Amino acid sequence: MTTPTLMDYDEALARFEPVLGIETHIELGTASKMFCGCPTTFGADPNTQVCPVCLGLPGALPVTNHAAIEGIIKIGLALNCEIVEWCRFARKNYFYPDMPKNFQISQYDEPLCVDGHLEVEVEGETYRIEIERVHMEEDTGKSLHVGGATGRIQGAEFSLVDYNRAGIPLVEIVTKPIPATGERAPLVARAYATELRELVRSLGVSDVRMEEGSMRCDVNVSLMPRGAAEWGTRTETKNVNSLRSVERSVRSEIERQAGVLADGGRIVQETRHFHEDTGRTTAGRSKEEAQDYRYFPEPDLVPMAPAREWVEELRATLPELPAARRRRVQAEWGLSDLELRDVVNAGAVDLIEATVARGADAGAARKWWMNELSRRATAQGVELAELPITPEQVARVQAMVAAGELNDKLARQVFEGVLAGEGGPDEVVAARGLKVVSDEGELAAVIDEVIAGNAAVADKVRAGKVAAAGALVGAVMKATRGQADAARARELILEKLGAS
Amino acid sequence: MSAITRDEVAHLARLSRLALGDDELDHLAAQLDQIISAVARVQEVAAQDIPPTSHALPLTNVYRADEVRPSLPPDRALAAAPAAQDDRFRVPRILDEEA
Amino acid sequence: MSELVKKGAAELGELIAAGETSAAEVAQAHLDRIAAVDGRVNAFLHVDAETVLAQARKVDERRAAGEELGPLAGVPIAHKDVFTTTDMPTTAGSKILEGWRPPYDATITARLRAAGLVILGKTNMDEFAMGSSTENSAYGVSRNPWDLGRVPGGSSGGSSAAVAAYEAPLSTGTDTGGSIRQPAAVTGIVGVKPTYGGSSRYGVIAFASSLDTPGPFARNVLDAALLHEAFSGHDRMDSTSVDAPVPPVVEGARRADVQGMRVGVVKEFAGDGYQPGVTARFAEAVETLESLGAKVVEVSCPNFVHALPAYYLIAPSEASSNLARFDAMRYGLRVGDDGTRSAEEVMALTRAQGFGPEVKRRIMLGTYALSSGYYDAYYGKAQQVRTLIKRDFENAFEQVDVLVSPTTPTTAFPIGERADDPIAMYLADLCTIPANLTGNAAISVPCGLADGLPVGLQIMAPVLGDDRVYRVGAAVERALEDRWGGPLLARAPELVEAK
Repeated sequence: MTTPTLMDYDEALARFEPVLGIETHIELGTASKMFCGCPTTFGADPNTQVCPVCLGLPGALPVTNHAAIEGIIKIGLALNCEIVEWCRFARKNYFYPDMPKNFQISQYDEPLCVDGHLEVEVEGETYRIEIERVHMEEDTGKSLHVGGATGRIQGAEFSLVDYNRAGIPLVEIVTKPIPATGERAPLVARAYATELRELVRSLGVSDVRMEEGSMRCDVNVSLMPRGAAEWGTRTETKNVNSLRSVERSVRSEIERQAGVLADGGRIVQETRHFHEDTGRTTAGRSKEEAQDYRYFPEPDLVPMAPAREWVEELRATLPELPAARRRRVQAEWGLSDLELRDVVNAGAVDLIEATVARGADAGAARKWWMNELSRRATAQGVELAELPITPEQVARVQAMVAAGELNDKLARQVFEGVLAGEGGPDEVVAARGLKVVSDEGELAAVIDEVIAGNAAVADKVRAGKVAAAGALVGAVMKATRGQADAARARELILEKLGAS
Repeated sequence: MSAITRDEVAHLARLSRLALGDDELDHLAAQLDQIISAVARVQEVAAQDIPPTSHALPLTNVYRADEVRPSLPPDRALAAAPAAQDDRFRVPRILDEEA
Repeated sequence: MSELVKKGAAELGELIAAGETSAAEVAQAHLDRIAAVDGRVNAFLHVDAETVLAQARKVDERRAAGEELGPLAGVPIAHKDVFTTTDMPTTAGSKILEGWRPPYDATITARLRAAGLVILGKTNMDEFAMGSSTENSAYGVSRNPWDLGRVPGGSSGGSSAAVAAYEAPLSTGTDTGGSIRQPAAVTGIVGVKPTYGGSSRYGVIAFASSLDTPGPFARNVLDAALLHEAFSGHDRMDSTSVDAPVPPVVEGARRADVQGMRVGVVKEFAGDGYQPGVTARFAEAVETLESLGAKVVEVSCPNFVHALPAYYLIAPSEASSNLARFDAMRYGLRVGDDGTRSAEEVMALTRAQGFGPEVKRRIMLGTYALSSGYYDAYYGKAQQVRTLIKRDFENAFEQVDVLVSPTTPTTAFPIGERADDPIAMYLADLCTIPANLTGNAAISVPCGLADGLPVGLQIMAPVLGDDRVYRVGAAVERALEDRWGGPLLARAPELVEAK
């Protein structure tokens, strides 16, 4: 086997224009499965959430979960799609051991939602991603490949199948081809996946956790020589299970395809698999013959004809969508585009908004979450929202700062205590004895001691070297274990040394 | 002229996951040819503007409420499995990732 | 032979209710009859006397405890092996499911139990209900009690043979292209295909989902209506189930009058290919209806001639997909798993060995009709024909209340005669298929003998007009039995009982 030559990314982009297409599968967070009453809990013991229907036993029949249809219509509406007046499920026929019926109930030429769009922003530029279709289907089971060295499918001796996931409602969102993204193609792909995840999460219809597989992307990439009129042959990369991988897989596929084309090769229309470890894609086993899914209308399910009134009801219940919300908070909090992007990327919009709702001013709330708390989250390797501190607690700390009871340094100690599980802000303040020293007499006495103990420094200040006062302020803070108001201490020191 | 070639019959057998021997393929090819020629009569019906019917009755919008119902106990779920291991269905090695 | 096995279901129900006999005694009488004749009839694939008697005793206990039970409580029934049963194996006549014990009961199985019917066992059938003779069963052919050298029809041939041989007063079947009406016709009993969606398919091993319709067999129209009523009605587990009250079928069967009804004779179902005796008996039945006060007219349904080819595209297409699940992974037969072969290979080997020739033929045909490049010309066209046939029915039912035709073009054929001639076999369903394509209700009632073998009269009604087929069927039955001096089946040769 020859190793394909990869082309340097910048060179690839100089010669070729990428065209993207993204198919996203999202598991809906319904209580029961798509066509039966089995629960959908993630991580349950194998084959404990199965019944005759989702095991595909002879004689069993599907019945559609109403909440799943409600969920997909909400997604369709949020993506500005048209909700069709009549459509059917179709059977997609192919054999695979993790698919109990050896057909997937899906939709073919009659998807429930069509012709939508989603706007995403990359480096200040807005891209409108056209949505071709949003359709309803069911998930498959999961196979564990046993034997062989890697636990991968290749070389395994046998497989063990768990059908708990089989029949979980799955929404597939398919974009139209996305042209003209140039060198930003990987970023646009990632931004789309990010925006879609935020959108679906805001609707409350899925937990959209890529790491648990409740959101999965298949990324299509093709290249055409710059200036060409026709698109090239595309490949479809599966297994893309993080936002970072979406970006990396596009980049990798651009480099690979450019290398093949530059060597005079031809791109084969194929399924490829992304590997997190290498950051590269590999081809799936080449098929002897093309897949022929033999779609036909699912006879066990009757057509769906969502009433217009119902669709409008659902439209009316849609929450504020992420883009609108971002515009609102940007205005309300007075953020620059850059600041907004940082807040969004940190996943801090909800947290800041909740903190503000509990009385903190927006600037302070953003400062705490984006600086002190973000730093600690990064250090612990967790998401901001996963830190064991609530917006209410952050608001309480900020209230104490605003009242002059804490300074920033003390506030940071309070956060440290709360995150360490020492209790709420008030408990931490009490237990650690954290309080700004505001008694002038007490402070003056400390300052006198410090001046006496640092005569040489004091002389410099008296001689006009005001900057040297910093050392004295530091000594005061040390002596008061940080509880003095540093600014006031500085004023008093300069006053006493006649330097003010 | 025959309606279906032997190669097509072999292709259909692969699509249908049927490991048929040569004799069986020959026999089936002849029979399918005969049957397909007979059923091809549906094409004589001038039917351009006629909508297709997929379901016997024109029902729409049949749904169930999103309510959890008991699953099978694991031993019953696996009772009929030709092979099982660790509460999972044991199947022979799978050649390819999902289609 | 016990006198009990000669009695009909309604009568048995009354006797048991009146305490003149017990469910256990009735069950035992039928078990004895099965033991005596089924070695030659081969109607049953599975009978377990202990399970049967336990069910019967339970019904007797329920009654003794004062429970209000329906008219069929304690009455035995033979159950087609296509319905899942937790206490008996379910094979659909296929080797691929040999020994399979379903972990759930079909809705109809559950309703039979709730109504206190005693399930005697599972009856033979063409594999996956594909056939008109039971010759496609993996477990041997069932025999027609009228002539053991002939088929009992199919696919529900075990169920028709069991009732015609007095092994059971009632049985269940499924009708996809005629699989209840045709076996009823050729064994001289009553068989009904209810309106599609009127009887639940949940737990019925699917052949062709948009056509499959469970229905009753009995030795008279009223018994069939009682069974129809007992297991029909809306089922939330079947999306295609009709959420409407069961048509008043028992009332129709009791009413049994056709005074002033308009009866349409389907013009297209006559002529070449119809056995002269069949044509003659059919004509006499039509005259009988006229003499009973019905207004008979000829009605043309020009597209009915396309029903057979359309059916042999639609049913195999759906079947090719429905039968994909039999892949050796989760249940059933597994062939060739030697630790080196892949899942793909094991699937293909298992399916090649586990399915019989007719099933393989239909899977291949259906795969062909759905495959890319052929879909529009075959499956798509067939779906359009389905629309045309629906229109024919609608036009016809503007003129008449019911349509009539022979149930089958010929009487029971000899075993082996059509076994390797699929096209000839398919012709057995010529007259029954249109009602499957459109979901209409239809019945077959005995209308005499041709060359010593039973002939069936088919009566078709609009969707949800099931009560009409019972009403007309019962009227014909009453008039003909008056003429014959008893049921047609009384003229069948006695089966010699084994000791």
